[in-house]
Amino acid sequence: MRMRKIAIVSAALCALFQPAFAKTISVAPGDGAQERLQEALITAEPGDIVELGAGRFTLTDGLSLDVAKVMVKGQGAKETVLDFSGQQGAGEGLLITSDDVILRDFSVENSKGDGIKSKGADRIVYHKLRVEWTGGPKETNGAYGIYPVESADVLVDSVIVRGASDAGIYVGQSRNIIVRNSVVTENVAGIEIENSYDADVYDNIATHNTGGVLVFDLPNLPQMGGRNIRVFDNIIVDNMTPNFAPKGNIVANVPTGTGVMVMANRNVEIFDNVIGDNGTTNIMVVGYRFEHKDPKYDPLPQNVIIWDNQHGRAGWDPKFRGGAEIAAAMGGSFPAIFWDGAGGASKAPIVMDSVPALSLGLTDIAADPTTAQPAPLVAATSRPTALPPIKLPEALEAAVR
Amino acid sequence: MRLLVPFLALTMAVAATSASRQEVSSAAIAGAQNPPALSAFGFFEGDVSRPSPKLIPYRLRTPLFSDYADKQRFIYVPEGGKIKSDAAGKLLFPLGTALIKSFGYPGQDGRFHVLETRVLLHRTEGWVALPYVWRADRSDADLRVGGTRIPVEFAHGGSRASISYAVPNKNQCKQCHSSGDKIMPIGPQWQNMEFDRKSDRDRILKDLPQLARLPGMAKWDDAAKSTLDERARSYLKVNCGHCHAPKGSASNSGLFLDGSARDAAAYGIGKRPVAAGRASGDLDFIIEAGRPDRSILISRMKSTDPGIAMPELGRAMVHDEGVKLLEDWISAMPHGRY
Repeated sequence: MRMRKIAIVSAALCALFQPAFAKTISVAPGDGAQERLQEALITAEPGDIVELGAGRFTLTDGLSLDVAKVMVKGQGAKETVLDFSGQQGAGEGLLITSDDVILRDFSVENSKGDGIKSKGADRIVYHKLRVEWTGGPKETNGAYGIYPVESADVLVDSVIVRGASDAGIYVGQSRNIIVRNSVVTENVAGIEIENSYDADVYDNIATHNTGGVLVFDLPNLPQMGGRNIRVFDNIIVDNMTPNFAPKGNIVANVPTGTGVMVMANRNVEIFDNVIGDNGTTNIMVVGYRFEHKDPKYDPLPQNVIIWDNQHGRAGWDPKFRGGAEIAAAMGGSFPAIFWDGAGGASKAPIVMDSVPALSLGLTDIAADPTTAQPAPLVAATSRPTALPPIKLPEALEAAVR
Repeated sequence: MRLLVPFLALTMAVAATSASRQEVSSAAIAGAQNPPALSAFGFFEGDVSRPSPKLIPYRLRTPLFSDYADKQRFIYVPEGGKIKSDAAGKLLFPLGTALIKSFGYPGQDGRFHVLETRVLLHRTEGWVALPYVWRADRSDADLRVGGTRIPVEFAHGGSRASISYAVPNKNQCKQCHSSGDKIMPIGPQWQNMEFDRKSDRDRILKDLPQLARLPGMAKWDDAAKSTLDERARSYLKVNCGHCHAPKGSASNSGLFLDGSARDAAAYGIGKRPVAAGRASGDLDFIIEAGRPDRSILISRMKSTDPGIAMPELGRAMVHDEGVKLLEDWISAMPHGRY
């Protein structure tokens, strides 16, 4: 009992005293910005704010932060720009490797690799940021705009990403994730949740990408078995930017004109979205069709639930092998929802939308798409038990209020 | 314990002040404050060419490539401190140890022209990595936690190369030296070490006789003594394995080149890229057996574009000889065997 009292008192004292020690380190753009800003990020102590002034920081190398509980704050996504056009080293613009970090109100432009990466950085907040390759879609742009990986409790809120040659917002091998209120445009993939557990993706706009929202699981990775992902209340329209990813990338296989694509994940719910003007299809559910030798990996999607989405036009120009033939056979257009048929009937998605849905009947994961035996997917009449909403630690929500 | 630390610091400080100028300063190594100038440590007697006799110089059979820089490596173990080792031959150093590594290029006079000295200090809170940049007159080196860039020109391949040499910042030091959340030394693996002075080797072996039984690691460029496969794996372990390890900073790639891989895919053979982005180019696999021209590993080693180049640091130049070694290695793999 006494120990507990002491613990409570000392916790209260810590809470009381921490703000007294916390300081703001202000960094202005101008000469020596690289070293001054990097030094500020290194010498910051837990509780500190590194405040970036208004203007353009001309940077020559990647920046990194490895101190927990630091906020990096600019004067606004238009006002404070970290310009990596002249970057000579490092694989990303800004790298975060510590926990409880808040990034807000600045932008990252033209980094040579990824825009902002956080690795093993738990409880991270990305808020009111812009990551942009200002020349628009180009194969030579960096891969990911916002890139949390191997992290628990991730909040991406009110960011804009344009021009990523892979995914605008990419969350990989993480758990407990919210991506919301964000705009992704002119990326290959707008938002991608990969090899992750427990994510909510909502209130986003994904437009003019190659594919709007991707939910993938891939083999040969430390974390596999991606599951429990909800994609809802998003606007996912006109994702017709020709795929500009380098060929070896997994997203190079995303057909131009894809709304939502689910690959090899389980427990995925797609509901209440507005999805339309996607030339290949609005929603596709497929298995991982490449050869792999990973005994721990399951290439089949399962328990994918699709309901109450509003569909616009889709399927007038399906950009995958065998797609045009199937469309022709169906009277010129591909359906707004399709499943490749991987794994057979027990793996079929449950669909309760008002548009026709199709199975390609490619039960064998290794089958060629040109051997498809399309058949309608019968609409379901009842909705299975829904996944619970994602709840993040209160500190993360407080940071964006 | 809480009382012990200041007490130790105090005794060390006393020891340091009473010592002569040439003595290595235990207080600087252990101190809570990072010395702003390298001279505070007393590792060198004024000049980098005159290391303290207390330092143990060593070389690596297969070293990390860093833009063709020459490196000078030293270990300082405090008086009475004992080096230990784990079963795999990794040396474990006592508190107060310093690992010192200077980088430079041969000047016009052919002598080692130092640019920077990086130190790894074993303190009570763990290892700390600090970069020091030498002044233009080489009188001392200053701590630059934010790193810097230095224009450098040096003789290379019959002509003169000119690069923007990058001194890593403190975080970048950790990027390569991290294992989980901790900073760890990389180089001092017994099988990869050679000593300038036989007496240093003998002294370590006297305490750790079991090390003598460990076979030396393949020298990456010595085809007479090791097979192509052994040399390639040595090269990958040293140049890539510090990040591409289950606890390294490239853990999320699932590509493990530190020797821990138990199947071909984890070694990159027949493995598709995950987060390589545009660095994958138009290629499908990290390593395509028999086809170096179709292997992402080779194309990334051949690039100096910061969004593509691997390793990420110290790579303003391509290591032509290293590329050649790995091209030969991949060529020799039977096509489709994996």
